[in-house]
Amino acid sequence: MVSNLLAIGPELALTATIVLVLMADLAIGPRRARRATLLTLSVAGLAAAAAAFALLPEGPTAAFGGLVSGDGLGVFFRGLFLVAAFFGIAFGALSDEVPEGRFGEFSALLLSTTLGMCFLVQAQNLLMILLALELTSLPSYVLAGFRRGDRRSSEAALKYVIYGAAASGLMLYGFSLLYGLAGTLDLARIGPALAAKAASGSVAVRAGIALAALLSLAGFGYKVAAVPFHQWCPDVYEGAPTPVTAFLSVGPKAAGVAALIRFVVVGFGASAASVPAGGLPWPVLLGVLAMATMTLGNLAAIPQDNVKRLLAYSSIAHAGYLLMGVAVGTPDAIRAVAVYAPIYLLMNLGAFLAVLAVRARTGSESIADYRGLGGRAPLLSVCLAVFLFSLTGLPPLAGFIGKFYLFASVLNAGTPFFYVVAIVGVLNSVVSLFYYARLVKAMFLEASPEAAPAIPLPVPATALLAVLAIPTLVLGIWWSPLADLAARAAGIAG
Amino acid sequence: MTIGLPQFLVVSGALLALGLYAIVTRKNAVAMLMGVELVLNAGLLNLVAFSRYGGGLDGQVFALFGIVLAAAEAVVALAIVLQVFRAQRSVDAAKASQLKE
Repeated sequence: MVSNLLAIGPELALTATIVLVLMADLAIGPRRARRATLLTLSVAGLAAAAAAFALLPEGPTAAFGGLVSGDGLGVFFRGLFLVAAFFGIAFGALSDEVPEGRFGEFSALLLSTTLGMCFLVQAQNLLMILLALELTSLPSYVLAGFRRGDRRSSEAALKYVIYGAAASGLMLYGFSLLYGLAGTLDLARIGPALAAKAASGSVAVRAGIALAALLSLAGFGYKVAAVPFHQWCPDVYEGAPTPVTAFLSVGPKAAGVAALIRFVVVGFGASAASVPAGGLPWPVLLGVLAMATMTLGNLAAIPQDNVKRLLAYSSIAHAGYLLMGVAVGTPDAIRAVAVYAPIYLLMNLGAFLAVLAVRARTGSESIADYRGLGGRAPLLSVCLAVFLFSLTGLPPLAGFIGKFYLFASVLNAGTPFFYVVAIVGVLNSVVSLFYYARLVKAMFLEASPEAAPAIPLPVPATALLAVLAIPTLVLGIWWSPLADLAARAAGIAG
Repeated sequence: MTIGLPQFLVVSGALLALGLYAIVTRKNAVAMLMGVELVLNAGLLNLVAFSRYGGGLDGQVFALFGIVLAAAEAVVALAIVLQVFRAQRSVDAAKASQLKE
């Protein structure tokens, strides 16, 4: 019993923090140091959750009758989500888009999303996956519509909730079919049960398995914004407050990818190295999805004029790169995804921090207002350029290492199909250079418009920028600690 | 004719199709959410039917959680629809078009 509770120690700490933040928000009232107090409380809660990792039971021990797995993949990504939550809350404290009076709500909602993500990556049971996915989604709908009087924010929330609710409905239907076919909700037992069914079953059973898998995929595809479930993504990212966009673009996306890995690899035993249960060609299916996602994301990013929208399409493209790793599905590829996810987190959050700083001063998200930024805010511009080049995957930055691991794992799959996937991925990286460089060119090579304000950086923003930029530089040269850590994430309990 | 698993599956399939039809064709946000409810209930009906015809109790437990989940989702979704109505005096999803290419 106690070991069960210790296995979800970080989640218990997060839950306590959410309750405390809400209570403190009510108790403090409209006093001056309100934001600082609530920020301290939230960050202390995250630190407590991080400390609870030390109490996790040794080894991959499933808890609560196999509802949660406690394996390396779960532990690695839960740590990542705490980091994402820290930056999300810190960005919220910096931004004028989150009013001081509502910072408590913002923090509690963001922590609730984080709680959902933490459960999602370790869920080993269909019911648990669906509940965790909803716990991730419901607060993020509210976060997207956080600016109450703002039409664009409301509209973003509406689009997010309708697409999201439809996707989770389809996923529930898919899960119900899986339950009917396999007779169990336990992921680890679904694979063998489906394999037995498919071996002895008729065409109708095989069609049922395929339908169930595709419908379930809709839920995950929506969470990671993979084509063809991506339509909500640009609108929501543009309309939502910038700190929320930054958080949504790294947190739930990484959670969706990790949960999809577990669903496909544990549930269906799918990887390029083995024939998946139920005879579904998962590697090819996910490979095609990955190619479509990155190609559409990159091509659609080219004509964008709004930086948040551009970064939204860029995040779709990066979901495509991550899906390549999921498609391969070998421990090697899962490790590559685990290397890429934290690097993506750093560089994407960094880019959004720069957007946030510029917005706070100019009130604009248009690329035209980034002209001549290099002269007005040299440090910010240089950092943003570093993040953008890292997102492209240029050496010697961290993004290059992430892409290197991913492409290496795809090539190691060794089939002609995956050679094609790798080539498409490389071509896409070239295309992405085009739109990232356009922003860099606007900052450094074009003259400032008349009467453009200087952009002073407050000290906390500078500190956060350094915390994000320095690892982006260092991990490009010295990445072995991260790679070792990620190797542990590849240990999935089957 | 005895009622068996196939009859339940046909009904849930019809609910799924109707729900999807409503989501795709309706412009009114509330009507779209009603479509979502149909899709959710189609899945829940499946779960209960599979549970009744030989799947153990797991399916019924799932369905109970599913009902709560649908309620929670409806609460959040309707709150957001209300906010959209305040902002643009309409719940027409087609009029929510500030954000587009």
